[in-house]
Amino acid sequence: MNRTVIDLWVGVFVIAGMAALLFLALKVGSMNVVKTNNSYELVAKFDNIGGLKVRAPVKSAGVVVGRVTDVQFDAENFEAIVILRIDNRYVFPKDTLAAIMTSGLLGEQYIGLDAGGDTEMLKDKDKIFLTQSAVVLENLIGQFLYGKAQEGATE
Amino acid sequence: MLKAAIAGVGRRTIQGIWRIGFATRFFLLVLFYSGTAFRRIGLTIREIYFSGVLSLIIILVSGLFVGMVLGLQGYETLQTYGSEEALGVLVSLSLVRELGPVVAALLFASRAGSAITAEIGLMKATEQLSAMEMMAVNPIARVVAPRFWAGVISMPLLAALFSAMGIFGGYLVGVVLIGVDEGSFWSQMQSAVEFEQDIMNGVIKSVVFGIAITAIALFEGYDAPPTAEGVSGATTRTVVTSSLAVLALDFVLTAFMFRGIS
Repeated sequence: MNRTVIDLWVGVFVIAGMAALLFLALKVGSMNVVKTNNSYELVAKFDNIGGLKVRAPVKSAGVVVGRVTDVQFDAENFEAIVILRIDNRYVFPKDTLAAIMTSGLLGEQYIGLDAGGDTEMLKDKDKIFLTQSAVVLENLIGQFLYGKAQEGATE
Repeated sequence: MLKAAIAGVGRRTIQGIWRIGFATRFFLLVLFYSGTAFRRIGLTIREIYFSGVLSLIIILVSGLFVGMVLGLQGYETLQTYGSEEALGVLVSLSLVRELGPVVAALLFASRAGSAITAEIGLMKATEQLSAMEMMAVNPIARVVAPRFWAGVISMPLLAALFSAMGIFGGYLVGVVLIGVDEGSFWSQMQSAVEFEQDIMNGVIKSVVFGIAITAIALFEGYDAPPTAEGVSGATTRTVVTSSLAVLALDFVLTAFMFRGIS
């Protein structure tokens, strides 16, 4: 086997390997990771976050605009503090509503941002005041049963 | 009788420690003389050909079949929950995080690692290494270091090719054969797989496996008794030790990388 043939094959191998990595990066993975330097932080407090986890997506109108970076517990007010990291390209009004939603019946939980009408925009480290907790199935069933019982009583 | 038994334990312990020390010194020497592997890049390219290019066929074919089996089995399980669109996520995450680096490393150990051990062991048995020393050529710089770097370079490329081929196999079975929706197959995959968390960690894993496999293979070859049985025993030990090392390292790396990530 002479030198040029070996060089050629190794070249083909290396290029194919790089192409495979590129394929994994672009086609399989999402390269547009929200990085620290081109994003800003928002804080939201919830009464109940249900099954929300770190790294869960933050969506507005169904589009991913950021991710949950941290979930803490506020021991004074007994609330959950959720830190969101939002892409710099997107700004939201002060009166934006943050709600915890579920994609599909058994799907993952995410935070949905509903933009309000305020002219002032949220900045880094700002707090979102309007929040809506996760829907807990047990509470929902409880409410349903309670409603049914009341219906029976009025009849 | 008892004295001899205790002496046997002691001898084995001393031999074991001596071997570990020898392996460490050998590894450090390889790193020390690595300069040759890059100064005379032709030597390394030749070894990339033997351990990387010649492993391509087995890596590509196994990757394709592993991906196809993942597609079939994943579909069977996922469709009972009515979420067969998540097939792309299942196939890609299991390949990129685990199966790609690990299975490619196991194949690499048995395809290239054993060849490296046998080659160096035979070089030693036929006194080629001693002949080099006589000619003032350092066998570690001339023979061992290029093979080491060739393995370290080849391994991540092979793992990436394995993963890419496996995802293609999953796509073939899932989308083309069974008929899962193509758009949701790719888009769910893209939203679930992250470049830094998943793909880069897979690459780091495969680099570590490459270092472990080639270091073990080179050491076993260099340390092999210069006889026919010695070389065959060393080749067997290479495959067994490096496969076990890959699996153990995989557990440790996974525990560090993916702990606390859902």
